[in-house]
Amino acid sequence: MTTQITPGPARVHVRTTINGNAHEFLVPPYMSLLDTLREIVGLTGTKEGCLDGNCGACTVSLDGRIVDSCLVLGAEIDGKSVETVEGMATPEGLHPLQQAFLEEAALQCGICTPGFLVAAKGLLDNEPAPDEHRIRHWLAGNLCRCTGYDKIVRAVQKASAEMS
Amino acid sequence: MVATFEPKSEYKVIGTRPIRHDGLDKVTGRAIYGADIKLPSMIWGAILRSPHAHARIKSIDTSAAEAMDGVHAVVTNADLPPAENKMVDLGEGATNLKWAVDNILASDKALYAGHAVAGVAAVDRYTAEEAARAIKVEYEVLRSATNVDDTIDPDMPAILEEFVDSPGAKESGHANHVKEFTHEFGDPDAALSEADHVVEGEFSLEMVHQGYIEPHNATAVWDEDGRLKIWTSTQGAFTVRQQVAAVMQMDESKIRVTPLEIGGGFGGKIPIYLEPVAATLSKKAGNVPVKIIMERRSVFEGSGPAAGGKITLKLGATKDGKLVAADSVLRMEAGGYPGSLVGASGMCIYACYNIPNMRIVGYDVLVNKPKVAAYRAPGSPQVAFAIETLIDDLCEQAGFDKWQFRRDNAAKEGTRRGDGPIFPRIGMEEVLDAAKDTDHWNSDIGEASPGRLRGRGFASGYWFNVGLQSSVNLSLNNDGTVELVEGSTDIGGTRASIAMQTAETLGISAEDINPTVVDTDTVGFTAVTGGSRVTYATGYAAYNAAIEMIDKLKVRASRLWSIDEEDVQFEDGVFSSKSDSELSIGFKDLAGKLDDTGGPVTSTGSVDLEAAGGAYGTHICDLEVDPETGKTDVVRYTIVQDAGRAIHPSYVEGQMQGGAAQGIGWALNEEYYMSDDGVMSNSSYLDYRMPTSLDLPNIETVIVEVPNPVHPYGVRGVGEVPIVPPVPAVGNALKDAIGIRLRETPMNAGRIVDALDSENGS
Amino acid sequence: MHPFAYEAPTSISDAVAVLDKHGDRARPIAGGTDVLVQARANRWDLDAIVDVKNIPELTQISHYPDGSVSIGAAVPCYQIYQDQKIRDSFPGIIDAVEMIGGIQIQSRAALGGNLCNSSPSADGICPLIAYNAVCHIAGPGGDDNHRDIPVEDFCTGPGSNVLRRGEILVSMVLPAPGDNFGAAYERFIPRNEMDIAVAGAGVSVKLSDDGSTFEAARVALAAVAPVPLLVPAAADALVGNAVSDDVIEAAAQAAGDAASPIADMRGTIEQRKHLSAVLTRRMINKSVERARG
Repeated sequence: MTTQITPGPARVHVRTTINGNAHEFLVPPYMSLLDTLREIVGLTGTKEGCLDGNCGACTVSLDGRIVDSCLVLGAEIDGKSVETVEGMATPEGLHPLQQAFLEEAALQCGICTPGFLVAAKGLLDNEPAPDEHRIRHWLAGNLCRCTGYDKIVRAVQKASAEMS
Repeated sequence: MVATFEPKSEYKVIGTRPIRHDGLDKVTGRAIYGADIKLPSMIWGAILRSPHAHARIKSIDTSAAEAMDGVHAVVTNADLPPAENKMVDLGEGATNLKWAVDNILASDKALYAGHAVAGVAAVDRYTAEEAARAIKVEYEVLRSATNVDDTIDPDMPAILEEFVDSPGAKESGHANHVKEFTHEFGDPDAALSEADHVVEGEFSLEMVHQGYIEPHNATAVWDEDGRLKIWTSTQGAFTVRQQVAAVMQMDESKIRVTPLEIGGGFGGKIPIYLEPVAATLSKKAGNVPVKIIMERRSVFEGSGPAAGGKITLKLGATKDGKLVAADSVLRMEAGGYPGSLVGASGMCIYACYNIPNMRIVGYDVLVNKPKVAAYRAPGSPQVAFAIETLIDDLCEQAGFDKWQFRRDNAAKEGTRRGDGPIFPRIGMEEVLDAAKDTDHWNSDIGEASPGRLRGRGFASGYWFNVGLQSSVNLSLNNDGTVELVEGSTDIGGTRASIAMQTAETLGISAEDINPTVVDTDTVGFTAVTGGSRVTYATGYAAYNAAIEMIDKLKVRASRLWSIDEEDVQFEDGVFSSKSDSELSIGFKDLAGKLDDTGGPVTSTGSVDLEAAGGAYGTHICDLEVDPETGKTDVVRYTIVQDAGRAIHPSYVEGQMQGGAAQGIGWALNEEYYMSDDGVMSNSSYLDYRMPTSLDLPNIETVIVEVPNPVHPYGVRGVGEVPIVPPVPAVGNALKDAIGIRLRETPMNAGRIVDALDSENGS
Repeated sequence: MHPFAYEAPTSISDAVAVLDKHGDRARPIAGGTDVLVQARANRWDLDAIVDVKNIPELTQISHYPDGSVSIGAAVPCYQIYQDQKIRDSFPGIIDAVEMIGGIQIQSRAALGGNLCNSSPSADGICPLIAYNAVCHIAGPGGDDNHRDIPVEDFCTGPGSNVLRRGEILVSMVLPAPGDNFGAAYERFIPRNEMDIAVAGAGVSVKLSDDGSTFEAARVALAAVAPVPLLVPAAADALVGNAVSDDVIEAAAQAAGDAASPIADMRGTIEQRKHLSAVLTRRMINKSVERARG
């Protein structure tokens, strides 16, 4: 007989805020925040690239600081606030970064895009007018293999100009 | 027959920069990639892989895994249909069926560390991975070959028994070293002996990986009637269908492959890895869907890299600067199974130049590393490293101007390519001319930071591009917008480039087209997104479909006006009567009158293109070296490339910049670093060291347009050639900076310091 | 990865109790940027992960009137480089915490975690050695059972350290640098971010009041020995001597000679020895610059 019950230690009760909405769920204690968002909460915009904190595709904002969600446990976000790419646009429209990424052709395959957007937002929220070197430094934890970064950096510069 | 087209200079849609159609989904996180699919009752798979580079598999004990809570099924090679030792055509060329199956799950031997040995399906991914660890495999470890030199050793055992008696292996004298071809033209030996200037060099390259950010993934489920459904990230749904059908020994029509959004491929997502395992697990688990995501380490260790290898090259020139002879031997690493793509290397090595006397000998070398897959102009960057380096050396030795020598000997229409074909209209000369006109070329290199050295280099490269088969369906909405259904997975903006060609043809805007990539049940056969072919070939199919739609709409206009079909003409988005200037109607207005003129209008287009337009690029690189540490930073970089016609210039530039970034990584840091026992030591992004945003400057681009005469809009492929020049361009710039020539990749800090040390010490 | 439970104690004694109970089948995490990666790579089979970020003593930075500072073991890099007093008084620490990982990693990774991970290539350990830091460790057996270990004695091999069953690193205490003191850390990596050090050098110097003579010095090297390596011979080459290129070069050569690295995918033996000397020279110069203000 096979079971549909996940083996292992008891699940952890988590109450958290994700993209401004309250969530409550049980999560296996060893499950990453990345998998928690994707498999339990159902937000698949956050992407898996490497699972060891070296590509940034899974970047989310945790209490206002960008983190690699593959290196956070779902159990750790109890009482905390998480923002993902799905929370960037509002009913009024896209975030200026999202619009700039479209206009500047800053994505090709798009798999790294959610991570770059969340990371770039983390920069502009705190430093509205970074120079090119600061943008490149801040985004060094996000790998893109398609664009050579040129158009990504230009898109962040454009969004920065529009937001200030 | 190949149709030729007169290039137009003015377009309404082509050459503009609309927002890509799939962009909104991709900036909001809504786009569904392979790993995002969730099906009812879905369970998860995991793969156990060989820790040994070369080992006989003596036994596999799956009982402990099967007994674990939450485990639904375990499979090994024995659960796949028995594979005959016979050649089959899998779309990407012929291969032996047993090898194709064994690369999915090893049978008698594991041929590389990372070779899949067994699969497990369980209630969740974590449980599946734990269960895979519980499978016990008894190995007899064999001596492994990690590079070309290892294979020359007479004591090295044969990696594939099938090659022991093959003609190619007999000629080379070793079973792992299979001669593929000799291309010879003129009299290279005589020409070299008579040449005024002769240079030669041996070049060595390590394998590199495509490095796409999205790991391989596959989800499969059987229906009870024997139909297999697959969802995956692939460069070609139809090639997945073809390969899975061969491995599973079933009819292609019984398989439906749905290509989800794909997070990068660069050639590496053409082969299948996980699909047959997921399918076999699904069947064994009772026809429930099984999803597998490959972990990053296995992407490096178990999916296809680009060939490393050794290249020897000799060039001869006359004293007045004519390149008269070239002779090369290419020994390219294929991995554990044949297929280094040395053939493509042979097509590309001399393709930038007109060389009247030449020889190319190609070997496919089996080594205990993962089986090579295509990587962006596969085979061309390696040989470009050799020839573009050696041309610089030749010019320095003979005192020739490096640009003028290249320009004087550049390939053009009528030049014979090394492997035989005669070039049609190509843009090598135009690209070199444009490179000389760039701001970069005409600017001073600038001051180096204190203690550092600056250098500039340039190099050119070629890729032949391919045509192949594509299909497109169009249906007209009554508001004049058009649904476009295509089979080409969109890896970097091709929905937009196909839609724009359709819009241009129909006289409407890019936004009026709604392009959708569909599964293999829903559109005609379409070959892979690869070979720089999608904007070229699928664009051509869309053009054909649009022409058919216009023809049908001419009939509708004739009915509307009660005139002869032949009296209706179409120009600039307007249907009109040739004889009565009062009668005219715009495309969109006519679309609103379908109900009155015969109902829905749909059209299809399909192509099977033998010809494509080869593409050239020249790159200029400025870099700065810290001679104490070997640290190298590219400080300025410019790409000049012939696109034929740039449909969406932003995405053409993006291809150029992305290819250059990969090439710069290849030149400086990326490599398969193998341990003494043949295991890849740096199988993580941490240690594989792809360029980050802080490692590159803005990359300047110049698009040259020499229209391809065999495409209605003059398109040449643009995706691949930009990875060809960077390795030699960086190498030539390094030579300029430090005065020393490096002939091995990666040209990393350690090698630079070593070179400077031995120079100073001698 | 072996499925583990998640424990989040709020006191040192609770943390010690749960670590003591599980022994080597439990690991504390602060940022988790090493431990979760290693657990996933099946380096250990863990029954429990002990999140120490809810323990006040481990999450605080305390500045003392004498100019010394205590950095809680779980304080993440970004909180350290955002602390203006640390920026002003301990710039050599800032050198390290600003270069560990990328921004995402710095949001989570703790300097104490870097120490407990005990990698020879850790960027955080050499500057701690340069600053004469002391590790404050709590263990089983009641509140009084603390011990202090000089940071250079903390690591005992690649991935191993002095922590015994149930023990936990609480904080690192850095004595006041004092006047005419300067320290700096630099590593060599082939990219500009995200790499592990091929080699690294952390240096501190104390100069005479007129800035002309080395009165004290410490030199520590990363990634060239089984542990982050204090090199007394390099310091000896400086102390008592006038600040000059020759003296500094002699110290740099002593560092290069002391390095006993392995060859791996990150670098060769020769390269690492060479880099040890180059980086030591550069960091001595930078420390002198900082000492002279």
